[in-house]
Amino acid sequence: MSKEWPLWEVFIRGQHGLSHRHVGSLHAPDAEMAVHHARDVYTRRNEGISIWVVEARHITASAPGEKGPLFEPSNSKVYRHPTFYDIPEDVGHM
Amino acid sequence: MYAQLVKTDADKVKSLEEMDPQERRFQERIDDDQKIEPKDWMPEGYRKTLIRQISQHAHSEIVGQLPEGNWITRAPTLERKAILLAKVQDEAGHGLYLYCAAETLGVSRDALIEQLHSGKAKYSSIFNYPTLTWADIGAIGWLVDGAAIMNQVPLQRCSYGPYSRAMIRICKEESFHQRQGYDIMMKLCQGSAAQKAMAQDALDRWWWPSLMMFGPPDADSVHSAQSMAWKIKQNTNDELRQKFVDQTAPQAAFIGLAIPDPDLKWNEEKGGHDFGEIDWTEFHEVLKGNGPCNAERMEARVKAWEDGAWVRDGLSAYADKAAARVAAE
Repeated sequence: MSKEWPLWEVFIRGQHGLSHRHVGSLHAPDAEMAVHHARDVYTRRNEGISIWVVEARHITASAPGEKGPLFEPSNSKVYRHPTFYDIPEDVGHM
Repeated sequence: MYAQLVKTDADKVKSLEEMDPQERRFQERIDDDQKIEPKDWMPEGYRKTLIRQISQHAHSEIVGQLPEGNWITRAPTLERKAILLAKVQDEAGHGLYLYCAAETLGVSRDALIEQLHSGKAKYSSIFNYPTLTWADIGAIGWLVDGAAIMNQVPLQRCSYGPYSRAMIRICKEESFHQRQGYDIMMKLCQGSAAQKAMAQDALDRWWWPSLMMFGPPDADSVHSAQSMAWKIKQNTNDELRQKFVDQTAPQAAFIGLAIPDPDLKWNEEKGGHDFGEIDWTEFHEVLKGNGPCNAERMEARVKAWEDGAWVRDGLSAYADKAAARVAAE
């Protein structure tokens, strides 16, 4: 009669003020238990100071086949990087 | 190795020319060291082989808790008890990371657990040996975790992204397991004659089963070539076994323990140790379910699952009720 608990994706914020980062997933009956389980499974060694959980079915992901149209356009836009511009050394740090 | 006999369904490895365009593109990505991710196209054989390998690995972590759990209440000091508890908790965590990695390939957690409990899925032969004394906990950490790490370090570079990421996490956590085991052995060897004899006895019983962890010899290992072409296996069984023997022999000598193999000796020419023949009949018997503790392990595992059913059901019912209440508001 048992039914499988839904899958949750777990995001942890590390010690140094960085963004929450995806660390893995787990099964839990509800959000509260998912946070408890995330604490046990993913923070046994001081890995974090904050946990986010979201049910996996609520995540929309881009399709691998769209990789080209989505990401290739930025390849040619090298002028978006500071190294594109030659500034004479005499100008100093910029 | 925690996954000792993974079938690949392939009788021979296809060349790029023999593949259809889709499969060829896939193999070229692997050859180029690109990671394969869950939603990417993959050959059915790759998917199935990975499910077998990752789930065998996960089951081994979970069943691996049992022989050690036996000693949590019997650890000689409070500190040793806390350490062992942390180690066993890690094994549970490692099993969970790996189950999640397997699930990204389209198999459900319940199906994986059912395969373990019904005996359809395998786990490492090593966990079917009994832990008779405290020194066995030392020997397991030192030898069994040592052998597991030897296998897992190259798996961090595995072609399948979720498995590779799980391995990176596991390797980071696991090196304490081996060190705490060696630490137990070291302390016993510095103790009384009886304590040292206990350490030697544990090494005597765990040495050969540890060598079996790497799986059958390369000559009999028909599935290696395909797994290596897919980069879900990086080294052959014999390569890793040799590395393990070379690493472990001096560690045993350092604490004054004798490895129970009269044929073990340094071979200058090959730059490694020669060692005796492994009893492969024993290996295959244990894999078939006829090891000293196979029945006991599965009984304990199934009992834990069944005894926990009311908790899982209760939590599900609570979650459903709470969700219905929110929906009604």
